[in-house]
Amino acid sequence: MIETVGTWIAAFLTLCILSFLYKDNPFYKFAEHLFVGISAAYWAVYEYFNVLRPNLIQPLFGEGQFLFIIPLVLGIMMLTRLLARVGWVSRWPLAFIVGTYAGYNLIAYLQSNAVEQVRATLVPFIQVESWQTFFGNPGAITFLTAIAVPVVVVGVITGIIYFFFSKEHTGIFGRSARIGIWFLMIAFGASFGYTVMARISLLIGRVYFLLHDWLHVI
Amino acid sequence: MKKQIPIIITFIAGMVMILQYFIPHRPFSDIQQLFNTWYVIIAVFAMILGLGNLLKIHAIRLQRRPKGWWYSIVLLLGFAVMFIAGMGWGIERGSLFDFLFWNTHLPMSSTMFALLAFFVASASYRAFRARTSEATLLLVSAILVMVGRVPLGNYIWDKLPLLGDWIMSYPNMAGQRAIMIGIALGVVSTSLRIILGIERTYLGGK
Amino acid sequence: MNIVERLEAIDRRIIFVLILLAVVLPLLFPIGFKIIVSEPVQGFYDAIEELAPGSVVLISSEYDPATMPEVYPMNQALTRHCFARDLRIIGMGLWPQGIPLNQASMEQAAEEYGKEYGVDYINLGYKVGGIVVISAAAENIPTTFPQDYAGRPIEEFEIMEGIKNFDNVDLIVSLSAGDPGTRQWVMIAQGRYGKKVASGVTAVSAPAFYPYLNSGQLEGLIGGMKGAAEYETLIEESGLGTQGMDAQSIAHGVIIFFIILANVFYIIGKRRKK
Repeated sequence: MIETVGTWIAAFLTLCILSFLYKDNPFYKFAEHLFVGISAAYWAVYEYFNVLRPNLIQPLFGEGQFLFIIPLVLGIMMLTRLLARVGWVSRWPLAFIVGTYAGYNLIAYLQSNAVEQVRATLVPFIQVESWQTFFGNPGAITFLTAIAVPVVVVGVITGIIYFFFSKEHTGIFGRSARIGIWFLMIAFGASFGYTVMARISLLIGRVYFLLHDWLHVI
Repeated sequence: MKKQIPIIITFIAGMVMILQYFIPHRPFSDIQQLFNTWYVIIAVFAMILGLGNLLKIHAIRLQRRPKGWWYSIVLLLGFAVMFIAGMGWGIERGSLFDFLFWNTHLPMSSTMFALLAFFVASASYRAFRARTSEATLLLVSAILVMVGRVPLGNYIWDKLPLLGDWIMSYPNMAGQRAIMIGIALGVVSTSLRIILGIERTYLGGK
Repeated sequence: MNIVERLEAIDRRIIFVLILLAVVLPLLFPIGFKIIVSEPVQGFYDAIEELAPGSVVLISSEYDPATMPEVYPMNQALTRHCFARDLRIIGMGLWPQGIPLNQASMEQAAEEYGKEYGVDYINLGYKVGGIVVISAAAENIPTTFPQDYAGRPIEEFEIMEGIKNFDNVDLIVSLSAGDPGTRQWVMIAQGRYGKKVASGVTAVSAPAFYPYLNSGQLEGLIGGMKGAAEYETLIEESGLGTQGMDAQSIAHGVIIFFIILANVFYIIGKRRKK
């Protein structure tokens, strides 16, 4: 019984949001505002049960670990941002957050997203085995396999050249940047294709709920 | 004083996080763990700040009563019901909070994003034009991936899935890697500027 | 207005109806397209298959209801796969909405395979902080997560015996819809601590993670609902991923038709102006 009530509530709210496709209307606005309120409360409750209580309240007040007064005080200082006159006090905890995050990001991005990516690109330009396979068995697939590594190396280098704006894009440098744009366009096209796929999947999920869970027609 | 101390705090926090990468022994590892714990707690208060701001805005709307003010009642009531359900009866599976999550939050959140399917279709029809050679390349790549990555592609041409996979694994990957390296260098330089106190916009105000 | 101009200026609500039909009709009347498995998903599957029974898999759920149709089928298939191979699961999340979704997935699979909460799987809950949480957990899981998602001390649970940090975890799987998510897991868990990381992501973010696959920083990658369908095929189970593929195919066909038609009109229009 309770499940059926829940399903009907879910279906009603789903249709309220979908009604926006016709035009903006009070049902949509009602659902939109309800969503914001419920989401905000969801976050607040989870922050309390999963973070504040086990990581602050329990150690500080339950176990007497008084060092936790420092993050408590810094946290309360953060809240002063709501008050215009003493809002500057929130800079201290904000500085701590920003500094910690910047410190992590500096090394992590450099290691994983720069150095490691360059390392992975430094592979033999001519893959002898792949070309031998192609000449032994010429075909579209064996050809694509043979040129895969050169495509990657050329694509990465020219793509990075394109992003270098400190030098004018003329001559050989400009032509390389142009090739870089082509690779970026292929990447953006692939991203667009996947984005379309993602959005359609989300719609399939909702329609499946309406047809299967609510109307029981599939 | 109002800006100097925060800049010093940023420097210390940033440098501790960098140093512990290279010296993962005590005392740096202990300080790192301490800072990690404090970060998690302080970040919660940043969330509370955002929440407080939201409730403040809608409470003001109730006072001033501009057009559509009654929707703020919906928002605040929704917040109150969900908050009381969670704080009063817990968040375990089967609780009232859990029921509200699955039957109100979930369908609305899912449907909001499902709307995008319609808009992406409409935008594809109305705006996606092969005006330049680059746009044509983007379009061709998108179509090959869209067809190659669904089961239908296999029925049109049995090599299409392989072609789609090849585009994703090589030319797409090359473009994405170039972007990734570019972003990484940008993040590194911005992080360094923040830690050294050159970049101060995050402090805001005077 | 001639027919080309009329079709170009068509009311978008007609396009909406056509897309809706492209999704509804294949769900009502399934076609049964065959699903071909791609290398990234095979890599993900192999990463689980390589683990010995009793190994610990950390599943981090950083997705929400908005991306549930893509990631939840992956979550379900993954928990089933893990329990079928007698692997132990530690759940956690960097997004709060992912916690009940992962919990529901684990409970459903646990019922099917006779697994018990606290013995075979546990949900440590959510922490705010992204990259900082990963770093903290990598050094000390009990300090970072002293209680499970429902507020019970983790010392009470048998599965947490001997689990101190990432040294005691055999594989990390990030089910991610954005930031913080897979990127942070690769940067810290794989980059700094050398742990094996596999990922299931939404289709929107999948293209951006191919560099990690190519460099070996990711063991495998499941992208979107299609990826979920491929994974379901590998574990020989049918879920929403598989069931949605017919609708996905037809809808893609409709959108490609729109794009080609619009460009044909564009070319005709350009020639007329000349």
